[in-house]
Amino acid sequence: MADTGFVQKEKLNDFLNELSKDAVVYAPCLEGDTVIFKTFSPNATLCLDRPANNPPKLAVFPQSETLFSFKYKKDAEDPRKMSVELDANTDFPRAVIFGARPCDAKGFRIYDRVYIDTNTPDPYYKGRREKTIIVTLCCSAPSPGCFCVAVGGGPAHREGSDVLITQLEKGYFIESVTDKGKAILKVPQIEDGAPYAEEAHKKQLGSHDLVKNPFGENGQPKISRSLFDLDEFWENMVGKCLSCGACTYLCPTCYCFNITDEQALENGERMRSWDGCMFPHFTLEGSGHNPRPTKFKRFKNRVGHKFLYYPEKYNGAIACCGCGRCIRYCPVSVDISEIVSYLRGSKFEFTNVPPENMEIDTNSQEQK
Amino acid sequence: MISQMLREAIAGVFSEVDVVLAYQQGFDKLHATPCFMTMPEEINKLVWSPLCVHNLTSYLPSLKKKKVAVVVKGCDSRTIVQYIEEGLINRDNVVIIGIPCNGVISVNKVLHETNHEPIEDITFGENGKITVKTLNNEKTLLLSDVCPDKCKTCQYPTPIIYDRLVGDPITSDKLPDCVYDDIKEFENKTLEERLQYWEKEFDRCIRCYACRNACPMCICQDSCIAETRDPHWISQKSKLSEKIMFHMIHTLHLAGRCVECGECERACPMGIPVNKLKRKINLDMKELYGYEPGVNPEDKPPMYTFKVDEVTIKEHKI
Repeated sequence: MADTGFVQKEKLNDFLNELSKDAVVYAPCLEGDTVIFKTFSPNATLCLDRPANNPPKLAVFPQSETLFSFKYKKDAEDPRKMSVELDANTDFPRAVIFGARPCDAKGFRIYDRVYIDTNTPDPYYKGRREKTIIVTLCCSAPSPGCFCVAVGGGPAHREGSDVLITQLEKGYFIESVTDKGKAILKVPQIEDGAPYAEEAHKKQLGSHDLVKNPFGENGQPKISRSLFDLDEFWENMVGKCLSCGACTYLCPTCYCFNITDEQALENGERMRSWDGCMFPHFTLEGSGHNPRPTKFKRFKNRVGHKFLYYPEKYNGAIACCGCGRCIRYCPVSVDISEIVSYLRGSKFEFTNVPPENMEIDTNSQEQK
Repeated sequence: MISQMLREAIAGVFSEVDVVLAYQQGFDKLHATPCFMTMPEEINKLVWSPLCVHNLTSYLPSLKKKKVAVVVKGCDSRTIVQYIEEGLINRDNVVIIGIPCNGVISVNKVLHETNHEPIEDITFGENGKITVKTLNNEKTLLLSDVCPDKCKTCQYPTPIIYDRLVGDPITSDKLPDCVYDDIKEFENKTLEERLQYWEKEFDRCIRCYACRNACPMCICQDSCIAETRDPHWISQKSKLSEKIMFHMIHTLHLAGRCVECGECERACPMGIPVNKLKRKINLDMKELYGYEPGVNPEDKPPMYTFKVDEVTIKEHKI
């Protein structure tokens, strides 16, 4: 079977409708001026002009999901006795993520190490992931805040993708990256891709140099531990942070979750839903103690998790794909790439850190 | 030049305060970002332009124990007035540096005009002319076309309250009766149409709470009903009904308190027009109690008081 194909621009919707016949297709759709990943339907407006506001992580790691439902049953003979029935569903439909960006696809590899490549794989994540084909669109230009090339990615990076597509003048050049991705090339709208291969590969190289690299040319960032462990650094850097969850919820690599029971009398569900380390309740323990009681401590966790703790655990892999969403959509433009630049000493004007008389009342700061 | 005057004003208050809240350049040319200055040499970072969209007064309640100087536009000053009405800040600890403002930009509207490409450069010329450069393009925009909606009906271009004023006061040329025209028009839609509208908009909500955290008047902080874990007032389920519930609670908690700074809507990463709901409830409060939040420090917000005979509420007079 051929490894490449081509679909004409005007046949793209038919192509997606064809894919929708036996899979749930998630695609970036335009709503107002917002591009959101959602289930594609024939009346949705596909938008491939720019990365979606939200990453496609919801297809494999939904914002909330039922782990199992439970039901208490009274014993008819002895009503004092109760039994519990559990019902879990780990059978998921086939899915296609269409129009992810290379950074989004790389994000799934970061989840895989945590949820699949372990001795206790997560059946929900794994179940969805295995049934999902990721079709990635190469970026032809960076968006504000993008820095994928600084964290080992790029506008045509293949890691995490099953299929890579490249937008050309008349349509889309399609190439399979994994065996799983080859299934896409069987769809009838696909024609021979060979005549377009050269043009596509040339285009893929085109935008790499346009993406900013805040960490400089010499590869991936190494964090200065002494600065990282300095409270004043964080207090100074993130005083303006509002402690909202825009950065974590829009992050293609954030995977923290919360578990709650939603119960009504005799039955209920155990839910898993996204959590975010910017929220005050994050890591609030049952005792009332919170090891990260201030926003500075939580912000340190966010950067530390991505650029220190995760790499320490997974052979140096950085848990940031450089999509820039946390920068682009932060209400106060907190820039994680700038903070990491300071931490690795690659930023020249080092005036921000740390003033001697800067004494912030973390308790009162915490109030906001 | 206003920037220079602002610089001098800030330099003049540095000795009196612990921290100055102002603006500096953000991650690209289209963004300014809040800046907490603690040392006089940091004044060099200061920027002042229509990119300075944030309502810096939002940080004041969290800095209560400090002496703070804050740069405010006319709209932002309403927050301070409301804080005073509600006793949320100590006025003596705040030095207000007011700047009369001709309008700021909406980052989203500029991005819309420039096809969401990264902005290489932006310059602000005479008569509200804006020149925007992207990698392959240059475009001239008008501030009046790319300002947030709040600027189009702004009644308070000059701060209502200030200690230092940088520049000459400006009088609003916008008709006061037109402030809520969009809301009144929206009210003409049928109930079904309105429900449909909000269901479509709130469906995008990811419950990141950026709207809540950016809101200067959201003061429940980490006791917000949306996140309390015991009891779970709002389910963690990512359902439309839960999203709508949160936004309705947010709105109701702001009845007669919202100063219409628009931070909620500006902060929303999913482009949901959340300010519309708050303005609707402000219109109701205006009609019911003749009250406008954040304009007179001597006022008492209606929800902070109780009168047996509210003159405008007919239901009370059976």
